[in-house]
Amino acid sequence: MPTSPRPRLAVWKFASCDGCQLSFLDCEDELLSLAGEVEIGYFLEASGRTLPGPYDLSLVEGSITTPEDTQRIREVRRLSKRLVTIGACATAGGIQALRNFARIEDFVSSVYASPEYIQTLERSTPIAAHVPVDFELRGCPIHPLQLLEVISAFLAGRSPAIPTYSVCIECKRAGNPCVLVSRGVACLGPVTQAGCGAICPGYARGCYGCYGPMESPNTPSLARAWRALGSSRRDLLRAFRTFNAGAEAFRRESEANAD
Amino acid sequence: MPEAQVPASQGSIMDREGLQALLDVLTSRGFGVVGPRVRDEAVVYEPIRNVADLPEGWTDRQDGGRYRLERREDRALFGYAVGPHSWKQFLFPSRQRLWQARRTETGLEFLEEPSRDERWAFLGVRACELCAIAIQDRVFLGGVHRDRSYAERRQRVFVVAVQCAEPSGTCFCVSMQAGPKATCGFDLALTELLHAGSHRFLVEAGSRVGQEVLAAIPHRPANEDERRAAEKVTALAAARMGRTLETRGIRELLQSHPEHPRWEEVASRCLSCGNCTMVCPTCFCSTVEDHSDLSGKHTERMRLWDSCFTLGFSYLHGGSVRKEIRSRYRQWMTHKLSTWFDQFGSSGCVGCGRCITWCPVGIDITEEARAMRSSLPEETAHV
Ligand code: SF4
Ligand code: SF4
Ligand code: SF4
Ligand code: SF4
Repeated sequence: MPTSPRPRLAVWKFASCDGCQLSFLDCEDELLSLAGEVEIGYFLEASGRTLPGPYDLSLVEGSITTPEDTQRIREVRRLSKRLVTIGACATAGGIQALRNFARIEDFVSSVYASPEYIQTLERSTPIAAHVPVDFELRGCPIHPLQLLEVISAFLAGRSPAIPTYSVCIECKRAGNPCVLVSRGVACLGPVTQAGCGAICPGYARGCYGCYGPMESPNTPSLARAWRALGSSRRDLLRAFRTFNAGAEAFRRESEANAD
Repeated sequence: MPEAQVPASQGSIMDREGLQALLDVLTSRGFGVVGPRVRDEAVVYEPIRNVADLPEGWTDRQDGGRYRLERREDRALFGYAVGPHSWKQFLFPSRQRLWQARRTETGLEFLEEPSRDERWAFLGVRACELCAIAIQDRVFLGGVHRDRSYAERRQRVFVVAVQCAEPSGTCFCVSMQAGPKATCGFDLALTELLHAGSHRFLVEAGSRVGQEVLAAIPHRPANEDERRAAEKVTALAAARMGRTLETRGIRELLQSHPEHPRWEEVASRCLSCGNCTMVCPTCFCSTVEDHSDLSGKHTERMRLWDSCFTLGFSYLHGGSVRKEIRSRYRQWMTHKLSTWFDQFGSSGCVGCGRCITWCPVGIDITEEARAMRSSLPEETAHV
């Protein structure tokens, strides 16, 4: 087999909404230059043409929710020199990790007419719970510019400039007056990882935590501040139990506020 | 940037039209005027053109983790303290490209950032903010390595100070000897005089260019009563500080108690979010990010505001030195009030109160200093 001078890229999907792959396709202007730098070997969302592995870089969207997934992800890992997970599903289990807080049989029997055909795991788990992962790119969905940064870094053989500090730092750099302080709006920014550019506070909304826990999240202290602003325990439970419900720090805080 | 001080002026009086004339003169001299205006429920510093852009009739209520705008009963234009913004965002932008490089056939070509010709006039700079600017001048211009872009921006700034009349609940400039009266470091200083239906400003010139600008706007000499009224404004403000901080021996106090249990206690509340450092007008730390593009033929280096509350800030080979929030808060507070003296010969805190107000959980540097001091025996606390 002739070896291609361009690195071969693959994009894989597990349990997910495809939103992160769409973010990828949103990089319109850069997609052409990307196509010049890498060979797209496997990307069903974009093209039916597939090339065999091994792949130099695999991007993996989605969480592991079925017995087949646990096998397929091992195969993907085996075929990939570098494996980068993208989005809240792949890095934290996604919104479908809400099942982790309930009994899966209850969901299956109330949703499906013939539950006996459903084969699913009790919990939705991130890719890193199953195979070694080289880099996790957060976000629900991921930010196109951050994805381009990760791919450019991979191509240049450097580490990606993806900060793990709080959304507050981006929020302040953008010059937003803090909504928590000046309006009393509950905001998850102090415990959430940067990456979105503090979009919500820029529109006078609190942060929803799309990028998951920041590097040293002090969720109990923020929870006390929310309570002082009038949030209930139920508000806290719901705030910490969204797309990143399965991420360790958010899981613990939601459980601390469960009845 | 104010040059050599001129002899203290006796003060002049201008009215609201005079203030508009000042804005017009500055604009016609090529300055982009930035000043206070209300945006998103806060007084922020943004470009302004007219007196009508100013926060007329507004004041602020500030406490730990809380800021609210409220209506005043009068038409004061400067009847509030400092908000979430500071002038550092103009002199030391939060995000700035330092250089770019291109891969060429023969090697690498580096592209310097072009000099910028923007000229700012800052309207409404408070005494504590003048001190903060002087501190950042020492940081960026004082040593062997001058920061070129800071120098370019700084030397063209025209400063219109405003004397404080309404300290907020978190102000403690008196403790830090940084206010409330601005005595130098400005081109012009205004004291807003409001009483019995009259609305005037006492204007003092602090530099030659300040005198020139003043000469171009309608004014008359101040009389004795007006001068006394202006003195009274800052004297009353000095008596109404929201907070105090005992600075006696603070430098030694902090450096000699790195294991004080209070650090652990504050770490249980601190979010390590970095807000305090972002809003602080003297914090100067930055990080750089290199971004090569997909083709690997072009790269750029960006400089961004950083904070000692991030893990990356103390990342050395093998990991971060300050892993615990305890050590990060200790670094921040000790730098502000203690090691800044060793590094730059002054305090790093001017008592503006921003870090208290804009901390989402209301952590209060004055309270932390008090708690640490009061838990120690008298003689250690006052070393
Ligand atoms: S609005 Fe939210 S993200 Fe922005 S500084 Fe405040 S707490 Fe942080
Ligand atoms: S440490 Fe706090 S009070 Fe002191 S100058 Fe900075 S923001 Fe202002
Ligand atoms: S307190 Fe922290 S962010 Fe501020 S100047 Fe010191 S080290 Fe830098
Ligand atoms: S002191 Fe307050 S503003 Fe500063 S990092 Fe801690 S929680 Fe954030």
